[in-house]
Amino acid sequence: MRRVLAALFFVSCAMAAIAAPAPGTLADPAQEARARNLQKELRCMVCQGESIDESSAPLAADLRALIREHIKRGESDDDIKRYLVARYGDFILMEPPFDADTYALWLTPFAVLIVAAGVAIWVVRRAAKAPQAEA
Amino acid sequence: MTGEIGQFALCLALALALVEAIAGLAGAQPANALARRVAAASAAGLLVFVGLSFAALTYASVSDDFSILNVAQNSHTLKPLIYKISGVWGNHEGSMLLWVLVLSVYSAAVAWSRRGSERLTSAALGVQGLVAAAFIVFILFTSNPFVRLDPAPFEGAGLNPLLQDFGLAVHPPMLYTGYVGLSAAFAYAAAALITRERDWARAARPFMLAAWIALTLGIALGSWWAYYELGWGGFWFWDPVENASLMPWLIATALLHSALATERTGAFRSWSLLLAIAGFSLSLIGTFLVRSGVLSSVHAFASDPTRGLYILVLIFGAIGGALALFAWRAPGLEEGTAFAPVSRETALLLNNVFLTAAAATVFIGTLYPLVLDSLTGTRLSVGPPYFALTFAPIFFALLLLVPFGPRLSWQRGDLRAALRTLGPAFGIAAVAGVAIFAFTTPRTLAGAGAFALAAWLLAASVVDVVRRGWRLLPAAALAHAGLAVTLIGVAGTTLWRSEALEVLAPGESMEIAGYTLRLDDVVGAQGPNYQAARANVTVLRGGRTLAVMHPERRLFPAERQETVETAIRTTIVSDLYLALGDRRDAGHWTLRAYVNPLAPFIWLGALVMALGGFAALWSRLRRPRAMPAAHPAPAE
Repeated sequence: MRRVLAALFFVSCAMAAIAAPAPGTLADPAQEARARNLQKELRCMVCQGESIDESSAPLAADLRALIREHIKRGESDDDIKRYLVARYGDFILMEPPFDADTYALWLTPFAVLIVAAGVAIWVVRRAAKAPQAEA
Repeated sequence: MTGEIGQFALCLALALALVEAIAGLAGAQPANALARRVAAASAAGLLVFVGLSFAALTYASVSDDFSILNVAQNSHTLKPLIYKISGVWGNHEGSMLLWVLVLSVYSAAVAWSRRGSERLTSAALGVQGLVAAAFIVFILFTSNPFVRLDPAPFEGAGLNPLLQDFGLAVHPPMLYTGYVGLSAAFAYAAAALITRERDWARAARPFMLAAWIALTLGIALGSWWAYYELGWGGFWFWDPVENASLMPWLIATALLHSALATERTGAFRSWSLLLAIAGFSLSLIGTFLVRSGVLSSVHAFASDPTRGLYILVLIFGAIGGALALFAWRAPGLEEGTAFAPVSRETALLLNNVFLTAAAATVFIGTLYPLVLDSLTGTRLSVGPPYFALTFAPIFFALLLLVPFGPRLSWQRGDLRAALRTLGPAFGIAAVAGVAIFAFTTPRTLAGAGAFALAAWLLAASVVDVVRRGWRLLPAAALAHAGLAVTLIGVAGTTLWRSEALEVLAPGESMEIAGYTLRLDDVVGAQGPNYQAARANVTVLRGGRTLAVMHPERRLFPAERQETVETAIRTTIVSDLYLALGDRRDAGHWTLRAYVNPLAPFIWLGALVMALGGFAALWSRLRRPRAMPAAHPAPAE
């Protein structure tokens, strides 16, 4: 049941993924590897949580072609990402950026870890001082 | 008639749930023996009538009674019987009814188990009655599965074909058994706060274990389904729906460990209560927010405001009520006995530190985009790279420390002795890491690290069993070994997978990881409620034929949907995975192939973990109900 909704979202993408044309691969294997890596870091805008590498709705197919165009023009990975973010916003990045909007997102896990560790130290120190009763 | 019987039974169930709630809470007073008997009887009655209601809906679905709206919307005469049954919980209304059914099973089990004192059991029944009543009201007023449709259509709309699958037929009941099992732990925790009973953790433990086993298996089933059904070879996508089930699992795991200490020495008493409350809260959030669609978009809530509002009231009522009770009563709880910084207690505490941080990570990663969107309108993706940088290090740190826990004694452990017994495990881990680094391509440090970690866990579990023997069921050793097995699968699949995608004409071949795949032909086939295009793909290695595989595409006319039926050839150490793409011009077909090394270990590990859970549950149920006060004995 958890998956009904996911399934509904996946349907469009799953079908599209299989329907996608084989990507017109780049002749240079190094460039092609870059393209594949980039694809994994970019989100399919119309799917639920899939990268444009695995899910290929028509938009994702277009983006894959676009990435290869830009690579052929000699742009760096960062250039291409900047270009896409300018067009689609941060939403297209699978890895959220680290900026004012996302400090809380990135730092919370480690803040919780540090606070929890601090509490644990406090608990252990207090327990060591507690009366030694029979368990 | 069926619909009316179901509806009527559900109304009676509501009345019984209310009686159970009132009598159960009244029975928390020492003098009210009668109320306690009434509460237990109404728990049994609740099970009977919810069961009757559920049976009515199932009968309606199996007998194609399209005069019931829910059946008309989700079923079809041609649908195979098993999916007519599983279709009952394949939609919002039916799944809520299943939720209440599982709850009433647990409630009857609590009434029957008599593991805590009479007052504790009674108060727990009262809390379960309250939860059941709230859910039945929700079903009756906002999500009634028995609503009639007039005139009845001749044919139903069918069930989403992706859900017409064995894995997904079993997945929801399994997951609900886990979610609702946490409600039993929650009920005992609330009961402990109400009655000021100390011994709740022991009474609740079988329920915690059952919930944890079911959650483990449920999540594994879901992941396995995603792997073979969605057709792109992944097993975990960090999507909100999956995360919603992972969070209760993390908290339930923390609770299992913390409650162990609470039960034995009284340590972490308030913390265990808080975890029980948190676990159930996350179950509620998981059940509702996923089902109501709010996790995919904040705007989904607006589509059905009554339902959304009720859900919010229920969630905040349950969480707020429990926390208020906690704030009121917890300060009066006694402290546990002393323990040294090096002890089993400290190890369990560390386990909880990491699991809490891991759960918090999943929580914020799942909800942050929603909150940010509704506050500022900025849309953000929190994808796998985020979890790889946050969740993964926290969880790996936890795994690194796992072997120490079972090696340390309660109250005062001996770190040197623990290190000595773990020496061989450390050696094996180092050898495994170096071997993986030296002999695999592509050479990765991450792979070496993951395998060293897995070897460390496995070897420590073996050391455990060897030292303690099989006489005591090695529950912890099994569960911890399961983690290692899953880790091996995850690392193998993630780091060494190969994939290929090509357009082939019949007779043409493609290569992947040493296999040659020859597309022989694609033929039509007829299923009970679908038409399929079935490919015959011959798998060759070194010129020798290994197998013929049959990936399919299925078209379901009733639902007007297509699904991909993958073909997977597994040798346990590696999966060859084929998915048939669409038909191109002139008889060409696209074929997607993956080689996923060690993939089956992912789910095998979950099975081993669950086996550990069963071992713990079994040794629990065998024990006499009233156990003498704990003295330092081997933990389960």
